[in-house]
Amino acid sequence: MKNFTTLSGPAAPLNMINVDTDQIIPKQYLSAISRAGLGKGLFHDFRYDMADKEKPDFILNREPYRDAKILLAGDNFGCGSSREHAPWSLDDFGIRCVIAPGFADIFFNNCVKNGVLLIVMDEAKVGELMALADNPQSCQMSIDLDAQSITLADGSSVPFEIESFRKHRLMNGLDDIEITLQKNAEISAFEAKQKAAMPWLYR
Amino acid sequence: MSDPKTLFDKVWESHVVAENDDGTSLLYIDMHLTHEVTSWPGFESMRNSGRRLRRTDALLAVPDHVIPTINQAEGIKDELARVQFETLLKNCADFDVPLIPLLDERQGIVHIIGPEQGATQPGITLVCGDSHTATHGAFGCLAFGIGSSEVEHVLSTQTLVQKRPKNMRVAIDGELPLGVSGKDMILAIIGAIGTAGGTGHVIEYVGSAIRALSMEGRMTVCNMTIEGGARAGLIAPDETTFAYVKGRPMAPGEADWDAAMDYWRSLPSDPGAAYDKEISLDANMIAPQVTWGTSPEDVAPIDGRVPDPAAASDEKQRDAIQQALDYMDLSANQPIEDIKIDRAFIGSCTNGRIEDVRAAAKVAKGRKLAAGVSAMVVPGSGLVKAQAEAEGLDKILLDAGFEWREPGCSMCIAMNGDILSPGERCASTSNRNFKGRQGRDSRTHLVSPAMAAAAAIEGHFVDVRSLAS
Repeated sequence: MKNFTTLSGPAAPLNMINVDTDQIIPKQYLSAISRAGLGKGLFHDFRYDMADKEKPDFILNREPYRDAKILLAGDNFGCGSSREHAPWSLDDFGIRCVIAPGFADIFFNNCVKNGVLLIVMDEAKVGELMALADNPQSCQMSIDLDAQSITLADGSSVPFEIESFRKHRLMNGLDDIEITLQKNAEISAFEAKQKAAMPWLYR
Repeated sequence: MSDPKTLFDKVWESHVVAENDDGTSLLYIDMHLTHEVTSWPGFESMRNSGRRLRRTDALLAVPDHVIPTINQAEGIKDELARVQFETLLKNCADFDVPLIPLLDERQGIVHIIGPEQGATQPGITLVCGDSHTATHGAFGCLAFGIGSSEVEHVLSTQTLVQKRPKNMRVAIDGELPLGVSGKDMILAIIGAIGTAGGTGHVIEYVGSAIRALSMEGRMTVCNMTIEGGARAGLIAPDETTFAYVKGRPMAPGEADWDAAMDYWRSLPSDPGAAYDKEISLDANMIAPQVTWGTSPEDVAPIDGRVPDPAAASDEKQRDAIQQALDYMDLSANQPIEDIKIDRAFIGSCTNGRIEDVRAAAKVAKGRKLAAGVSAMVVPGSGLVKAQAEAEGLDKILLDAGFEWREPGCSMCIAMNGDILSPGERCASTSNRNFKGRQGRDSRTHLVSPAMAAAAAIEGHFVDVRSLAS
């Protein structure tokens, strides 16, 4: 898995609550058996009109936000479907950090697995960052995960909180499956015990 | 005596393989259901890494999302979808995964066939790469949706690394009025707690109104738990549950039945068990519900009105309501009953079971669709379809002008060609009214099967209880 240490670039404000995974990446991108190129479909209906032309007003269609690396969003970002296409499309577009007052649970787990950093911050603070991001002159931000700090365009910094397990996984890009397979003996022991007690679960 | 535990506590604690130093747990997974959309990365990765599939007997695959609901025997026309479908078949063949094939009578939506086949049982842990896995919690198992990376983790290890969620209790006492269903109940709950109300929690539904529900009704309630932000919803197993499970192909057989029952009867939450969050609703006060906006929390009773953004409590809410009304082409204070529809969709993992088809047919019997309205009924599985046909429900629906389709996810996710046109307005028994969910610029109103059928007959939303039976 890709690790996450630092990230610098424009932060784009998306001041909407309950942005669901259908908005992040709609159904027509779910039929392929490939993750490649999903960035094109990110926020599809916000970005393109019915003729597939860019909507000039949408934030990610404007400079310098076409190169956004960070997204500032409203509460409950990523609600809805479990599609991992949501973090894949963010990552493919170049956005590897989303800051919001809250995230939906499945989306949250999917981001950890893909090296996408989610920062939970109270609404007032997110609002202040959105105001800065809204201005191309002050939208540049730098994130240092180890230091748990966001450096703003004026050189000041904002601290953020993150659970230690998630920080550790992101910093090191750990492969959960390899780590779990090291516990193979414990898994086998669990299975042996369960099979004795509940043989009907083993067919 | 040990501390009183909730149903969730018991299932969770009995499945912990190891506690990790970082506060997460390694949780054993008893049953893994899978389908074509989210499983391919896991199989691809197993091939590339040489990792093996740990258990084939705790896995069941079925195609559902992209398959057509007419002329299934002719196969899938869309090239991308066909390749995805064929990839599932190939993966199942290569890795020896039990698969219910497309034209098999048992085929259907993964969350309908799990319970039908007896794969869903009380007290187990069950996952699927689909958020509506919450459905299975109706049996008192811990069931939640996962992404593709977690699907792969389960394929290779039969476990997941999870942070323990909190307990939330939703109590619904009293009696649902006649004509009011589990769908109305869960919509009312989501309206009360909001779409993020259950985030970080599992919800246990308790109370006399829950006990009175059939398994079908309980599955509808648990199914939409994710729309309230919680990954899993649970209902303690009881005689209704046991009667449903008994005799199913993958359920415990005669030799194991008593032992299984002993375990299942130990599952209900202990008296005095603690919850982190609690709410209660009076079932008697729940009317048929209709969503008016673009989030499942945007819901009103049938005798209610579309909200007025000007009356919102804060600017964010005002903006959100205004955006929803613009998208839905509704005006503030418009009576819900005045909203006219173009289409009706009855089906999905929320409302594609036999009881749902019966409810729609009961309303449709002897009536005709309103002029200009088209409606389709998509049974959730081949077994539901066969049962409905044995009861003559297909005939009643066809006589009223409804289409009677073959099983699949259909217009709930609209990946298979069953899709609304821009601007079309649909009374839908599915679970999400998100912008564009059923087709770009389409407008979805979530309702119960009876309410969808009634709207299709009248051409606009109407209290199904006002139609003479």
